Amino acid sequence: MQAVEVSHIVKSFADKVVVDDLSFSVGPGEIFGLIGPNGAGKTTTIRMMMDIIKPDSGDVTILGERLSESTKNKLGYLPEERGLYKKLRVLDSIIYLASLKGMDRHSAEEKANQLLSQTGMLPHKGKKIEELSRGMGQIIQFIVSVIHDPELVVLDEPFAGLDPVNVELLKRMLFDLKNQGKALILSTHQMNEIEQLCDRILMINHGQLVLYGNLVEIRSRYRSNSVLLEFEGEMGEVPGVAEKRTHKGYVELVLEGNTTPQRVLERLVSQRVVINRFEVATPPLNEIFLRVVGKAHE
Amino acid sequence: MTLIVPLIVLLLIGVFHLVSGIARPTTEAMTIGYVDELGGFQQYTSQGNITLVRYDISDDATDALIKGDISEYFVIPADYISTGVINRYTLEKQLAASPAVTAAISNFLTSNLLAGKVPAATIVRIETPPNLVTTRLTETGAVAPEQGGYGNLIIPFVFGILLALSIIVSSTYLLQGLGDEKENRLIEILLSSVSARQLLTGKVLGIGAAGLVQVAFWVISAPFLLSLASSSIGGLISTIQLPVSFVGLAVAYFILGYSLFAVISAAIGAISSGSREGQQLIGVFTIPLLIPLWFTSLLMFFPDNPAWIFFAIFPLSSPVEVIMRLGVSAIPAWQLAVSIGVLVLTIVGTLLLTTRIFRTYLLMYGKRPGIGEVMRSLRSG
Repeated sequence: MQAVEVSHIVKSFADKVVVDDLSFSVGPGEIFGLIGPNGAGKTTTIRMMMDIIKPDSGDVTILGERLSESTKNKLGYLPEERGLYKKLRVLDSIIYLASLKGMDRHSAEEKANQLLSQTGMLPHKGKKIEELSRGMGQIIQFIVSVIHDPELVVLDEPFAGLDPVNVELLKRMLFDLKNQGKALILSTHQMNEIEQLCDRILMINHGQLVLYGNLVEIRSRYRSNSVLLEFEGEMGEVPGVAEKRTHKGYVELVLEGNTTPQRVLERLVSQRVVINRFEVATPPLNEIFLRVVGKAHE
Repeated sequence: MTLIVPLIVLLLIGVFHLVSGIARPTTEAMTIGYVDELGGFQQYTSQGNITLVRYDISDDATDALIKGDISEYFVIPADYISTGVINRYTLEKQLAASPAVTAAISNFLTSNLLAGKVPAATIVRIETPPNLVTTRLTETGAVAPEQGGYGNLIIPFVFGILLALSIIVSSTYLLQGLGDEKENRLIEILLSSVSARQLLTGKVLGIGAAGLVQVAFWVISAPFLLSLASSSIGGLISTIQLPVSFVGLAVAYFILGYSLFAVISAAIGAISSGSREGQQLIGVFTIPLLIPLWFTSLLMFFPDNPAWIFFAIFPLSSPVEVIMRLGVSAIPAWQLAVSIGVLVLTIVGTLLLTTRIFRTYLLMYGKRPGIGEVMRSLRSG
């Protein structure tokens, strides 16, 4: 059973179609990346998944059920626009928001203490929210989004404003959740985070699906036919290489149409070139993003 | 606020006792001189604690005043009968003569003018104005259980003010809460846990219950404070009574009035970008609620004017207007029925519109939508 099944959802605001016939699914134990330029319809899509707004048409099922009040307790959400009651103390904030997810006070407090300890925030539990730094507030919000042990967690820009130590802490916790079989949806502009964390991605632009699938498969689909090479000694002419581009510390060999990287490697070995690195060049997600979004803008 | 209002009343009772203890009218004997240029003013020179001493000419009276033999004097001119003017002389800077002095002079003049012409008892009656005792009868001719009079007016008027205050404060709390949650960007987290309808209902019921406890506390403490004030202060206060059915109607109108304003506040909270803007907008809706308070004197003296019937039925003004009008006249049952009916229908209608607006605009930050845009979204709903 899929954790989320989104089927042909459409949403318009004041005659402007914001999400246009979008379908995708996310399975349990998966970290799924939702990417797209600003105004692409990511937040609207997430809000429809969270039952905060209703789609004009199409369906969203969470763990096989149509969205209802009871399914909301199985969802965890860290919105991009986030905040907490400034005058409330950390522990009280967490307990109150956990109670809205159906947790009783005792178990909420117990779990809150455990998560605060795990994130190193335990000494701050008696402080008011307004006394915390932005990054600390964000950690508290992350705790709020996972305290009720949800099956699906949606995180909108979770790393924005965090220092590198907290980014690593958050990543570890996300992997823990993944290993527990939870489905995670990550919406961010930081492509390197997506590359490190996500198994599959959905890229949307102008509310429409432009890329969807396994990240490795997508990258190989967009790879240019070239290899990256670090070597010692002299390299002569290599048959099948159309162009040789020299970069700092390495060389990029652009292959002719019918030449495979395997064939080039064999030829380099036969030329007795000492090879330190041989890598089939796949473009970073950032480049794919720019290429796809750029094409749409043209 | 809940405790403060009864405490203020207790404090006022205490202050009354303190002030009345200090400011009790003096019982010291006082001597006032007079010069009789008209003639015939020799008797009745003892008026309570005030003794009147006759002087032949004004100069003698002035000397006595300067020496301190008398505290003041007055001259009865020869043309007093035709002009009614009495000239009073004093060393003190005053706004006017004290009531005791005025009464003494007035009674002295009247008694002397009427002496020998009418019986003594008649003179006393002329000096003391009539005590008009009104009794309200029922249609069967029996004495009505609920009598009129100023004593009736005080509780409903005070309560009308408190009710307006309570409704405005409660709905402002709601508006401020929503505004803060919008400004803090908390609303999205809340809506991912509960539905817009649940959030709206929870807020209205939660703050409403707190307001109701407040009003109920005031209503319950009113008879106690009333009996305390009436037994210890007396006078007009002792005539204060709670109009029949007042308590029931006060609670009913609070619930209905609050519900209407809470729902309107929620709609405004949803469309405004922050709590400050919301509070400016709600001001427009609270004006009708305050109309009966602004025009209290008109309500007191013309309670059955058609304008007041309109305001008793108009849902934004009826909660306070009906409560205040109960103190000055009996409101016909049909007006109460129509007033409550219109209020209930307005609440239901506004609630339906608000739930539509709520979901759409709660997550829109920044620019407030125009009326046209809101109407369009209501239609497409």
